[in-house]
Amino acid sequence: MIDAPFPRTLSGPAGSRPRTRIAPKRLMIYAALLIVSVYYLLPLWVMVMTSLKGMPEIRMGNIFAPPVEITFEPWVKAWSSACTGLNCDGLSRGFWNSVMIVVPSVVISIAVASVNGYALVNWKFRGSEVFFTILLFGAFIPYQVMIYPLVIILRELGLMGSVWGLVLVHTIFGMPIITLLFRNYFASLPEELFKAARVDGAGFWGIFLRVLVPMSLPIFTVAVILQITGIWNDFLFGVIYTKPDTYPMTVQLNNIVNSVQGVKEYNVNMAATLLTGLVPLSIYLISGKLFVRGIAAGAVKG
Amino acid sequence: MSGRDRPAQLLRNLPAKLAALPMILTALVVFIGCSLWTVVHSFTKSRLLPKLDFVGLDQYDRLWSTPRWLVSIENLAIYGICALILSLVLGFVLAALLDQKIRFEDGFRTIILYPYALSFIVTGLVWQWILNPDFGIQNIVRGLGFESFVFDPLHNPDQVLFALLIAGLWQGTGLVTVILLAGLRGIDEDIWKAARVDGIPAWKTYLRVVIPMMRPVFATCLVLVSAGIVKLYDLVVALTNGGPGIASETPAKYVYDSMFNKQNLGQGFAASTMMLLTVLIIIVPWAMFEFRGKRRD
Repeated sequence: MIDAPFPRTLSGPAGSRPRTRIAPKRLMIYAALLIVSVYYLLPLWVMVMTSLKGMPEIRMGNIFAPPVEITFEPWVKAWSSACTGLNCDGLSRGFWNSVMIVVPSVVISIAVASVNGYALVNWKFRGSEVFFTILLFGAFIPYQVMIYPLVIILRELGLMGSVWGLVLVHTIFGMPIITLLFRNYFASLPEELFKAARVDGAGFWGIFLRVLVPMSLPIFTVAVILQITGIWNDFLFGVIYTKPDTYPMTVQLNNIVNSVQGVKEYNVNMAATLLTGLVPLSIYLISGKLFVRGIAAGAVKG
Repeated sequence: MSGRDRPAQLLRNLPAKLAALPMILTALVVFIGCSLWTVVHSFTKSRLLPKLDFVGLDQYDRLWSTPRWLVSIENLAIYGICALILSLVLGFVLAALLDQKIRFEDGFRTIILYPYALSFIVTGLVWQWILNPDFGIQNIVRGLGFESFVFDPLHNPDQVLFALLIAGLWQGTGLVTVILLAGLRGIDEDIWKAARVDGIPAWKTYLRVVIPMMRPVFATCLVLVSAGIVKLYDLVVALTNGGPGIASETPAKYVYDSMFNKQNLGQGFAASTMMLLTVLIIIVPWAMFEFRGKRRD
């Protein structure tokens, strides 16, 4: 930049005022984006509106119309008394099951994968890159190829049907992407840091816990976001490796909504659907850019 | 290295090796071991329990003469090609629109990407409700006076894939948009300036210059989207459960049902091996391309 000819206090936008009229081309861009936004927001709108109506109003009216009479009864029913088979204690059970699954899965999978990434960058050993390559290829193997042998392994370990079995499965299948995430992050840190800690006599764990972890908070946040949403949204592993008592929320939701018995209560169904989507949705909205960074990191291979 | 050094070699770097043990086990036992186990057992006549009673290609013969599997494959091909093309085209158009230095870019991006944060089960159930013929779109258009309007893809075997596409694209296009937007941002401003100086219209610059430059980003999207398509399962379970009839079955669902509902493990193994083969056909050329690209650098 050339030296400013004006004192700093006066430096605002220089040159002619931008045109205030919007060019037709810009208008078309905004119009297109608005239409797209409506398509994207429509299902959310319908979910919220339906969940706040009573059944008589749903039968008469239009799914897009806001409720004439707002009722929170569907939410209460979905949470505490909706039925799956013989159980009528609502989605709350699935919610707490999902919490019990997600918390240890996130902690363990990230702990394991971050150490993997660290070892891959700073403590390379013979074959480490080979294992990493296999790991990355593994991310693309359809789960269907591995689900049955894993049933056998979990049965042998006595973990089949338990929450811990599912935690193990999530740790395994989350490993490629999370390891990649950490490997790339640690590789971007200056090597001198590691060398200096080495000279000071720190060992494998010392360097990791005292030097790297404290300065890796952003990447840990990204990993947590990625894992919470991914594991919360899982259906396939939940339905295979747990039993009805420990079903995660997504499985229970599907059982409630797609059950054939009984009169369909669409408002309760939509409240239940919204409840299940609420956790990942709030994480997404709160984390904003970090979520995007997480999926971008997953997309751009190292 | 002489043999004498070998124990020392193994002990060197021991903490790192121990720490990497979960990765090594996952790579060897699960990704390689379990996959091989399934492939081997696809040549047996396992039914209720896996057993090594080899029958050659019998399971595959039966698989390829089962109408449900053929429908699944056909569905996957049609859905896959449509979803791939549409998500890449729509994703690129949206990314290009978002790249026009617009206001509220963050807001629009948040809206386009939020479905990606949701579970396929949630997506499936919402669209099942919107497409419900008695209450959803069909009912509303009829209410506007078009009494004979018919739009009921969930109960029409010829249109059910259309319903899957609407829901699948709603959920997945945001991801493609965000990745392509990052790719667009990586294009040097000077290229745009040069094109403007030469008087080349913007659409032509996109088509001739920008898109070819973004080939690696497109390849990444292609691989990500196709890997997701092959696994298509949750969405089908929630939206149609394979129906009407078998009109929206997919290979992943065939595998699950054979293994866990029909006690026909052999069929499940053979079908999942076919899925693995499909993925390899997509991944291997891409990986080779990537690998060679890196070497040249």
